[in-house]
Amino acid sequence: MKKERFSIIGQSLPKIDAWAKVAGETKYADDLILPRMAHAKLLRSPHPHALVKRIDTTGAKSLPGVYAVITGHDLPRVKFGILPVSQDEEALCVEKVRMVGDAVAAVAAADEETAERATERIEVEYEPLRPLMSIEEALAHPEARIHEYGDGPNVHKAVSLQFGDVEAAFARADLVREDAFFFEGNTHLPMEQHAAVAHWAADGKLTLWSSTQTPHYVHRLLAKILDLPPAHIRVIAAPVGGGFGGKLDPFAHEIAACRLSQLTGRPVKITLTREEVFYVHRGRHPVLMWIKTGFTKDGAITGMHFRSWLDGGAYGSYGVASTFYTGALQTVTYKIPAYRFEGARVFTNKPPCGPKRGHGTPQPRFAMECQIDKAAEQLGLDPADMRRRNLAEPFVKTANHLTVTTIGLGECIDRVVEASGWREKRGNLPAGKGIGIACSSYLTGAGTAVYWNDMPHSGVVVRADRSGLVAVLCGATDIGQGSDSILAYLVAEVLGIEPKDIRVHPADTDLTPVDLGSYSSRVTLMAGNAAIQAAERLREKIFAAVARKLEVPAEQLAVGERRVFVPDDPERGVSFPEAVVLAESMWGVLAFPGSYAPPKRAGKYKGGGVGPSPCYSYSACVVEVDVDRQTGMVTPTEVWIAHDVGRALNPLLVEGQVEGSIYMGLGEVLMEEQVFRKGVHKIPSMLEYKSPTTLETPEIHTILVESDDPEGPFGAKEAGQGPLLPVIPAVANAVYDAVGVRIDETPITPEKVTKAMDRKRQGKSARLGPERLPVFTFPEPKIVESAFGQPAEAVAVRPFAS
Amino acid sequence: MMRLPPFQYLAPVSVADAVKLMADHGPEAMLVAGGTDLYPNMKRRQFEPTVLVGLRGIRDLAGVRQPGAGALAIGAGTTLTAVARHPEVRVRYAALATAAGAVSTPQLRNMGTLGGNVCVDTRCNYYNQSYQWRKAVNFCMKKDGEICLVAPGSPRCWAVSSSDTAPALWSLGASVRLAGLAGERTIPISALYQDDGIQYLTKQPGEIVTEIVLPPAEGARSVYLKLRRRGSFDFPVLGVAATLHMKGEIVRQARIVLGAVASLPRESVEAGRLMVGERLTPELIDRAADAAYRPAKPLDNTDLTHPYRKKMVRVYVARALRRLAGLPDEGET
Amino acid sequence: MKTLLTLTVNGEERQVFVAVHKTLLEVLREDLGLTGTKHGCELGECGTCTVLADGEPVLSCLALPIECQGREIKTVEGMAHGSQLHPLQQAFAELGAAQCGYCTPGILLTAEALLIQNPAPTRDEVRHALAGNLCRCTGYTKILDAVELAALRMYGSASRDGAEEPEATSPTRRA
Repeated sequence: MKKERFSIIGQSLPKIDAWAKVAGETKYADDLILPRMAHAKLLRSPHPHALVKRIDTTGAKSLPGVYAVITGHDLPRVKFGILPVSQDEEALCVEKVRMVGDAVAAVAAADEETAERATERIEVEYEPLRPLMSIEEALAHPEARIHEYGDGPNVHKAVSLQFGDVEAAFARADLVREDAFFFEGNTHLPMEQHAAVAHWAADGKLTLWSSTQTPHYVHRLLAKILDLPPAHIRVIAAPVGGGFGGKLDPFAHEIAACRLSQLTGRPVKITLTREEVFYVHRGRHPVLMWIKTGFTKDGAITGMHFRSWLDGGAYGSYGVASTFYTGALQTVTYKIPAYRFEGARVFTNKPPCGPKRGHGTPQPRFAMECQIDKAAEQLGLDPADMRRRNLAEPFVKTANHLTVTTIGLGECIDRVVEASGWREKRGNLPAGKGIGIACSSYLTGAGTAVYWNDMPHSGVVVRADRSGLVAVLCGATDIGQGSDSILAYLVAEVLGIEPKDIRVHPADTDLTPVDLGSYSSRVTLMAGNAAIQAAERLREKIFAAVARKLEVPAEQLAVGERRVFVPDDPERGVSFPEAVVLAESMWGVLAFPGSYAPPKRAGKYKGGGVGPSPCYSYSACVVEVDVDRQTGMVTPTEVWIAHDVGRALNPLLVEGQVEGSIYMGLGEVLMEEQVFRKGVHKIPSMLEYKSPTTLETPEIHTILVESDDPEGPFGAKEAGQGPLLPVIPAVANAVYDAVGVRIDETPITPEKVTKAMDRKRQGKSARLGPERLPVFTFPEPKIVESAFGQPAEAVAVRPFAS
Repeated sequence: MMRLPPFQYLAPVSVADAVKLMADHGPEAMLVAGGTDLYPNMKRRQFEPTVLVGLRGIRDLAGVRQPGAGALAIGAGTTLTAVARHPEVRVRYAALATAAGAVSTPQLRNMGTLGGNVCVDTRCNYYNQSYQWRKAVNFCMKKDGEICLVAPGSPRCWAVSSSDTAPALWSLGASVRLAGLAGERTIPISALYQDDGIQYLTKQPGEIVTEIVLPPAEGARSVYLKLRRRGSFDFPVLGVAATLHMKGEIVRQARIVLGAVASLPRESVEAGRLMVGERLTPELIDRAADAAYRPAKPLDNTDLTHPYRKKMVRVYVARALRRLAGLPDEGET
Repeated sequence: MKTLLTLTVNGEERQVFVAVHKTLLEVLREDLGLTGTKHGCELGECGTCTVLADGEPVLSCLALPIECQGREIKTVEGMAHGSQLHPLQQAFAELGAAQCGYCTPGILLTAEALLIQNPAPTRDEVRHALAGNLCRCTGYTKILDAVELAALRMYGSASRDGAEEPEATSPTRRA
């Protein structure tokens, strides 16, 4: 796609919903009030693992002000789960609870206080079972099986793939390194707690407003769980106050609210407390990793063998995908001719892990980028140069059959090296100060939907009418990243009007075509391409009508500044509303669909569906840190991040995503941890779960690189997740540069740094990290031909493109 | 949402009225000033008073006055923001200004009071949890349960003193004025605390802290350092307050008080004693830091591990004393 | 037990008949229909519920209406002048300082209080003033930028750190 001059695209415009947000007008789910609305609370298990012997709700039902009380017996006995392969959840547990926080009952009452008091009057008899609180414990106690299904007792999933001859690759390497790393689990901590309002109306149809990132998947699953035709259910995503992947599953509180509304004939609102949000979780998997890589003396990778063990928590959630993700994207940044991956996800009695910003890729990226630095040191190479010289090629496939299209990583590395003063600073900073670099990549939309189908991943309808109004209908969900605004900008660009002329109607399963949801950074690319297609179809009809009126060929017409005109003779034209009148007169009602489904490029092997994407974003990050050598406190003083975003449709929004990603990555590497003690979450509060304040967040210098990808809308790639990945290993690498200690795990806490520094002073190994790996036998690998080096088409074929 | 349990709210306008109300209502009643400590604890059902005696309406309780002879009297109802900003406090009692300004966040400091922080509830990460969480671990000795979860064999509660201002005030030699049924009394602040996680205050529940009185500064230098993971929100995981009275180059008096290492602020008496009569050199500072370090025994009930917190006692005491000596922070571990 | 209370909110006197243990946060949202004030934890641990009481930022989740009588309470709904947004609101919208928008009301009010007290804060002073407001989306950068811009516009001169008006439609720092 050639670089064109744009009117709207590329401008740093305010979001279309910015005004409502700063005025406090935006109505989030907990702000919704309906007449006669009841309030609901869930009763949750105090045991990490137990059989439910008996539930007696009579005490609750008799409390004045209580409208209804339900248990799992009051719901169809059907298990659900976001992934078809792991339907292992019940909204209200009937026979067994698998974590502290598992819901067993729900109450609807006149107000929240009454509902809560009622839950305290529900009697539940539990028979505690052995709690399994770690991968080791879960593997050591197969008899205390958490689920009946899986690839083994307490093994949810075990996968093993091999692409090319990895052993030969190690044999021809000049240096082979084996390293182990651990990435602690952490959680999304959105500022808005989950909330939903369900209304089972008098006509027998259900509406659910929910703070969700995926009204479509919730819609589908509600139909199954409630045994109601999807056509009788409407799911509306309320504006989301932060998601980051934590609002991507269907949840017990949503389901309970629906059922309670059905029983009471009232709307029912349910809002989780902050502590409950920690139990809902679906956050970053704790992952233990082993990585063996062969390097030439120039730093090129000859082959890689990667193993990961994921602590999955009590349920499947997106975990199977997470497992594959820990092994999928290693190959898209640097050339890796031969690659072997083994991964296992283990069930434990903790809140289930799922997708958090980066979804399974930050952990392996941490491992890989730290190992590369260690190898660079051994090989005597500059870490930036070593990476720079060995980048993956554009429009070439990887060993595991992923197609890299544009890769602006080289320019990203050059730009951060220059901006940060890397060359001057590296090795020259005063004691206690250090500088580190890391790179990464992330997908721009998962190439496969959560359920296999041949339908669009995103749909848009653009309609215009004689008033000059343009409405854009799309199921996409704005979670703060600005997806509503992107739709307006793209349609405005195509039609030559202003974003303010456009009304975006998002995320309502009654009104809007399906969009799968806000995850895997798919929305700008997929909904964006669909929107462009729909708008172009409308424009074509408008041109035909104006052409007829002006008696010029349609090809001679252009749009801009709210007009349709002849560029060579700009006075000859009509206003946009006039143009629409002409078109509506000629064609009738003007409403045009746009559909997007990604190219079907998945490698034909089991698991090949996780990893493919229309295109990948790339990031290079340099961090400068100050390490207090007495306290071990690590202070990032400055961050430089260059991000290849393809094209910055709105640089302001892209920067915001980059800065937010860096912030979240810093939180993960320095202080965030979802940890347990005595079977319970140790710190389920915003005070004790540490997330950075203004005082811990340094200045972030964002550099946007544009590689103009043919797959993206006007060349755009993602920005919302990729930039999180490199900052984590960059900090670890900077700490090593500062004080000469390797912390091969996250978070890099003051205790770990002082401990490592002590050991270094005592002449012991100055590395802190996993010492042991689980005793575990992975399945025999599926041997798949390596696709490394195979050329890829410049523009992929995809369904619904014309 | 987390919500408060129901209670009756009484708003006396004088200290005498407040004392009487507390006496009338007995154990059902609790005092509340800013509410920033009590209300979250009540939402978690750590306290369930049915009567609250609010102190906000008592105008006499807020404000800073100079009672004479160089002393400074701060009303217990003075907000932490006001204390941290007060010119006399900043100049003469720097440790207190720093400590008050280090509590939590700006919003909370606008609401919380000095008296409230002096009396702040002891904390433990088995105790500062919701009712449902505590029920899941079968509660603890401090509330609703029998054993101390951080030291299961122990006959006593080990919840941690979490005040920033208390160690600072102690090191500055402050006194506390109390009003109760028996009348008014003034005690050194060190006498306000006792070594128990549950009964951590020596005052009667119905006694009201009315004023904190600081002795004349007489050129003393003071400092407060707070160890915590973040620069705001977090309680002290270790607090070090140090006040030095110098005579020329010689230490005339030194008081080093540690917060968050025990159920009460802990004066490092030996450390202070060995400094008296000596020149304030790096070697003296290291010896004092060592002396403070040895008896410190934090437990695993706060953020950051307890071995680390113990280790940091030496680092932070040395750092505090070096600041007072005008020396730069030490470079190597 | 309910009690009749008079609150002055956004310049208007409002009477509510509520249980005394309902916090200001709950009363604003549930009894006065002012849902602009949000909640993130209700325990004073995040700053989301910040409102102004007599111009001072306070946590509405830890304030009781009975304790707020006689004080002027300001919520985000009271920041605009009629339909004219406050310069802070304008700057936040223009500079992308609100992503999901959930922390935004609390931050706007805290910033408003800061600028009244300190019309030309340094960037560091802004950081410290906002140290009690968590945000999970923005990384704070554009929030700090927006407060500086608002200060510049409100008080005319450049801030002590030299904030400048951004160019009207400049793409920023592109390759």
